[in-house]
Amino acid sequence: MIDWTHFTPWSSLAGGIMIGTAAAMLVLVNGRIAGIAGIIGGLLRPATGDMAWRLAFIIGLLVAPPAYLIVAEPMPPTIAASYPMMIAAGLLVGAGTRYGSGCTSGHGVCGLSRMSPRSLMATLMFMAAGFATVFIVRHLV
Amino acid sequence: MNAVWTFLAGLLFGLGLIVSGMTDPSKIIGFLDIAGAWDPSLAFVMGGAVLVGLVAFRFARRRTASFLGGAMHLPSARQIDRPLIIGSLAFGVGWGLAGYCPGPAVVAFGAGQEQAVVFVVAMIAGMALYEAEDRLLHARRRRRIPRELSDVAGDA
Repeated sequence: MIDWTHFTPWSSLAGGIMIGTAAAMLVLVNGRIAGIAGIIGGLLRPATGDMAWRLAFIIGLLVAPPAYLIVAEPMPPTIAASYPMMIAAGLLVGAGTRYGSGCTSGHGVCGLSRMSPRSLMATLMFMAAGFATVFIVRHLV
Repeated sequence: MNAVWTFLAGLLFGLGLIVSGMTDPSKIIGFLDIAGAWDPSLAFVMGGAVLVGLVAFRFARRRTASFLGGAMHLPSARQIDRPLIIGSLAFGVGWGLAGYCPGPAVVAFGAGQEQAVVFVVAMIAGMALYEAEDRLLHARRRRRIPRELSDVAGDA
């Protein structure tokens, strides 16, 4: 059953096109993959010697909310998870994305765009685990 | 020059996440909750992004250098292995628990969301744990491949 009161097809499609355009910019102009977990993870490896572009991209992400405020007032988010839950989830997301070499952007957006079977498998795995987790938390516990 | 362009790409990426609604964990949970009132928005975000991405990467694959003249750092790993599966499953569990994945969490951090700040700190700790374990494994196996050559190429 589709939740029509919360379903935002047009703004989500528009936002998706913006995300795709940003990923296109990064790969064509800089030759880099817009995988957020990989970009942050690379900062924890001082050996790589390519800190500047990573930091600049992350600063871009961080200033997006204040920049958006110039044009419009964002909808306040609804966050259900408690602090201990956030810590557990953060640890899983951090270790999991590095171990699996990618997240929703690296595997999901860029990997599927590259038509990589490896990224398709990763995307199916994190989607399946996400669906299962929400089902357990929302409907069983 | 490189950093200016990556800053702009990051800004556009972040604005796209805000416009699409993905910085709100309830939108993510709404998508993952197929047994409840299902919100398919996330599929539209992915669809829009991949639509543009398909064209861009088709073009990028044929290039030997970026527009700025640098190397093309495209992933070279191809095999579907245990770390990919286990890591992605663990990520999915965390994603379902919090409703945050790395990108939206960093943007929400920028908006000063307290829960996102806690999440991002824990996420970086999780990444550091992986790095520590990886370093230990490398030292133990004494691989001949230098870390700089073996690591980043596999990232998606």
